[in-house]
Amino acid sequence: MRNRFFAGLLTAALVDPDLVLITADLGFGAVDEFVAARPGQFLNAGVAEQNMAGLAAGIALGGARVFTYSIANFPTLRCLEQIRNDICYHRADVTVVAVGGGLAYGALGMSHHATEDLAVMRALPGMAVAAPGDPAETAAVLDDLLTAGGPAYLRLGKTGEPAVHAAAVHAPRGTSIPLGEGGEVLLCSTGAILDVTCRAAELLGRDGIRADVRSFPWLDPFDTAAIREAATRYAAIATVEEHSIVGGLGSAVAEVLAEAAAAVPLIRIALPAQSSSVVGDQDYLRGAFGLDPESISRRISTHLQERQTRLEAHRGLASQVR
Amino acid sequence: METASESTARAVRAHVLRMTSSGRSSHVGSALSCADVLAVLYTGVLRVDPADPRWPDRDRFVMSKGHAGAALYAVLAERGFFDEAVLHRHYQNGSYLSGHVSHVGIPGVEFSTGSLGHGLPVGAGMAWRARQTGRPWRTYVLLGDGECDEGSVWEAAMFAGHHELAGLVAVVDWNNMQSLGTCEETLRLEPFADKWRSFGWDVAEVDGHDHGALTGALDVPRGAEPGKPRCVLARTVKGKGVSFMENRVLWHYRPPSAEELERALEEVGAR
Repeated sequence: MRNRFFAGLLTAALVDPDLVLITADLGFGAVDEFVAARPGQFLNAGVAEQNMAGLAAGIALGGARVFTYSIANFPTLRCLEQIRNDICYHRADVTVVAVGGGLAYGALGMSHHATEDLAVMRALPGMAVAAPGDPAETAAVLDDLLTAGGPAYLRLGKTGEPAVHAAAVHAPRGTSIPLGEGGEVLLCSTGAILDVTCRAAELLGRDGIRADVRSFPWLDPFDTAAIREAATRYAAIATVEEHSIVGGLGSAVAEVLAEAAAAVPLIRIALPAQSSSVVGDQDYLRGAFGLDPESISRRISTHLQERQTRLEAHRGLASQVR
Repeated sequence: METASESTARAVRAHVLRMTSSGRSSHVGSALSCADVLAVLYTGVLRVDPADPRWPDRDRFVMSKGHAGAALYAVLAERGFFDEAVLHRHYQNGSYLSGHVSHVGIPGVEFSTGSLGHGLPVGAGMAWRARQTGRPWRTYVLLGDGECDEGSVWEAAMFAGHHELAGLVAVVDWNNMQSLGTCEETLRLEPFADKWRSFGWDVAEVDGHDHGALTGALDVPRGAEPGKPRCVLARTVKGKGVSFMENRVLWHYRPPSAEELERALEEVGAR
């Protein structure tokens, strides 16, 4: 995802002298090509994220479109107020890019687990929030960011994420991407955990539960219409995200369903709202927190079975009353 | 004979006293402290056009000590960006004229502030952009002295020194008073000038109420030539011009009563 992002950014920078990339001293090996090709459009703000966000606002208000870049929580939480006041309030054309969303830097420890970023960025006024699911979605989201501009937040995975989409996709802000239709359960997914969600859907299929996947590369604006429609078509909706249970995709879907007074059951699969002192690689930590394909499919099938049992018990009880 | 900047400063002080008194707002001492700096900037230094506030090549001014917003609104009205009658809306329900600087709905305000430590990074970005695009604008940032406790100020100071942003001027309103006492009691700033110099800045220490000295210190060349950014350490008096407000931290908070307003207006020559 990171490589696809930088390739797209460089392509745009080659034809747009007003595109500026600022890093807070991170991107070893990733920014080199950009720097070599467009040194006048690149800045290293130093290990100084507040400065980076403020610089970005000042440069953008002078007519540039600016991308700030760092890893995990540094470009977001470390300079949150600068993003809120300097970028969002001034509607500055700045896209904040974080690489290593979720547990991508799992072994580096709690400081590098970006697990509340979507919730916090979603809460900012005027901030578009994107978490593409694979390299193709990254390219599509970047196309939109380059066209419609910031303020925006782009959460990337790291590198080497499997391609879920076989071909290019179209994902203007506020849309979601269906992967399959006609199933009885819908698995909503955001961010780089998309391929895990797809594998969970396959496992459910082997158990006789037809599950569709819908990827949400945008959390803000959010495709509320897709959720409202899904509420009428599916027997259950599950959300899968490599993010805290608080404030991310599950919350966004719950808000839509609650306001629509939808009766469809919602299964929110996310990280618990706690810091992890245990480290490990991304796959290990996903497994430890129930975000591997097996755990996800088990969670959903168990939920459906329990619900079926409850419904049958209820029917049995009702018939006795009659 | 009063100069244009001196008469502007006097008018700004009168506006600020009336605004804080009728609005029951804080920070009158901070606003009086920087009235001369603002008057000098807006009468002779900044290249701005009240008829075209968003003129692309205008000089940029960022009021980083946003709590003295009343003084900025007052000087903008004096410079003709909007009618001074609007100033009466300061701090009122439904008004855009907030206690801290906001650009929305107020012509001439370059940037919204209020949380300290934001202005210098933004100003550095504006100055860098001028150089990158070969535009002639200069960027001025007015900081409070207590504001220099914020680490982000020094992040930007380091950046501007490293990149030799000669088109950037940081003015520190150095009245040596912050929220709970003097700066020296709170977090020592001295050796303040040496700090800026060590970050790669050219430093001018001036009397922040001497218009001639300010004018000289604030005038830096235009253009893209790299060179040291300029720091103007303006030695000021908090509450300047009103004897019972001068050097008293109380006036960081308290608005003048009707009776105090009359006395104060007389002292600043507005009666």
